[in-house]
Amino acid sequence: MWNELFPNVVWDKIWAATMETLYMTAISVIATFVLGILLGLLLFLTSKGNIWENRFINGVIASFVNIFRSIPFIILIILLIPFTKLIVGTILGANAALPALIIGAAPFYARMVEIALREIDKGVIEAAKAMGATTSTIIWKVLLPEALPALVSGITVTAIALVGYTAMAGVVGAGGLGNLAYLEGFQRNNNDVTFVATVLILVIVFIIQFIGDFVTSKIDKR
Amino acid sequence: MITLSNVTKVYKAASGNVTAVDHVNLHIEQGEIFGIIGYSGAGKSSLIRLLNGLEKPTSGEVIVDGKDMGKISGKQLRQARQQIGMIFQHFNLLWSRTVRENIAFPLEIAGVPKEERMKRVDELIQLVGLQGREHAYPSQLSGGQKQRVGIARALANNPKVLLCDEATSALDPQTTDSILDLLVDINKRLGLTIVLITHEMHVIRKICDRVAVMENGKVVEMGEVLHVFRKPEQPITKRFVQQVTEPEETKEAMLHLLERYPNGKVAQLTFVGEAAEQPLMTQLIRQFDLNVNILQGKISQTHHGSYGVLFIHLDGANEEIERALAFIRQQEVEVEVLANVE
Repeated sequence: MWNELFPNVVWDKIWAATMETLYMTAISVIATFVLGILLGLLLFLTSKGNIWENRFINGVIASFVNIFRSIPFIILIILLIPFTKLIVGTILGANAALPALIIGAAPFYARMVEIALREIDKGVIEAAKAMGATTSTIIWKVLLPEALPALVSGITVTAIALVGYTAMAGVVGAGGLGNLAYLEGFQRNNNDVTFVATVLILVIVFIIQFIGDFVTSKIDKR
Repeated sequence: MITLSNVTKVYKAASGNVTAVDHVNLHIEQGEIFGIIGYSGAGKSSLIRLLNGLEKPTSGEVIVDGKDMGKISGKQLRQARQQIGMIFQHFNLLWSRTVRENIAFPLEIAGVPKEERMKRVDELIQLVGLQGREHAYPSQLSGGQKQRVGIARALANNPKVLLCDEATSALDPQTTDSILDLLVDINKRLGLTIVLITHEMHVIRKICDRVAVMENGKVVEMGEVLHVFRKPEQPITKRFVQQVTEPEETKEAMLHLLERYPNGKVAQLTFVGEAAEQPLMTQLIRQFDLNVNILQGKISQTHHGSYGVLFIHLDGANEEIERALAFIRQQEVEVEVLANVE
């Protein structure tokens, strides 16, 4: 039945493409999470009235974040080709998509992290200081745990955006379901392939959303 | 225990400098419950934050337990802060941690080993009466319970000083009283020095030994609570004292009464300490040929004795009234004859 409904679909290829998409998404989500939290923390801590208040550093990070957040992703990929070639050695395949994915998503997530941290009651930070906490204790035991639900729901949104980005990256040769849908589906006019690829991307997005919502509700004790 | 000499704190703002604390001198003894009262914006929040170095004085010296809180920084400051507990108006608990974990937090900061930490947390839960709620999250607690967690947390590292920043202002009157009782209990049991800031005279009356009244960054009046209650000097102090001694409508009611009793005199008697417990009215009626009419009265309990205000109307011959007033004055009772409106 499957073969009659989807005459042009080669399931092995679909499987391989799905794995590529999952690989790109997973690696870039992990890297974005780490990098975004780092940048978000810096943005928060150097802002006015905070522990490392520093207008210059805050300004530099903020403009970096704003610039990379504003560049349309498809253009960012092209702009980053020399950089990608330098660190990955190629501009084709799943690994070649990673620098652009991470650089595109991390600033986006960093802003979410900053907002999540700003939501924390200033009084709680003051209380920790009054107890004699060091800055690293405040970061690890106050800021991150208190903001965790927002950090998780933020990374969920970012991960879903990243799935979309991997599809775009696919068009310029990064592999994955986007690549498959474009080359095998669109360009050869095999609508069934496009359809299957789209459904699989939707499934991935729904799974991410479900996991994100589940984890957020588990850790949110407010 | 705590000495502030000539302390000033100035905040730089776009609209000009704001002097939050203005040449304040204070000395707080070990084991004392010291209250600082003032309206919002009087500088009391800044003042209490100078005591644990959350704010640095612009000039002057803040000495707490022998350490100059304005000068020390880094590790020294963090260690000094572990000896100074603080509780807050909005509790400032970590909502991501349970009651136990919240109380354990300052112990983690101090590097207490896990086993010892757990033991200490159990003691503290007993001390503040939170048995059975150990594994609840702050969002599942009432305001009073949250403040108990706050107190347990502040006491975790056996501090020498406890700072209370409007600790009962977000609580209802009944809960306020139970938290105040707990503070007195802790003060007695642990010999802890407590400094509290508030805008409620009720809090000062109930637990403080001494009080400082702040207005516009300055300490305008300071002394034993009972003394301040008896003889408030500054207008602002009088207003605070009235908060607890006189119901708000008293002034109007008295003016009204003066009109209703054109004969005789209306006197305000202020009793302090033991005088409040003597049968003065009985003596008055027995010894003098007067009609004595009690118009209004209230006795408040302070940490060091009772304090009462009584309004009476005396009717009879003028000389007899004067003699009666002289008699009352002899009983260590302050008398103020309210002016007749005529």
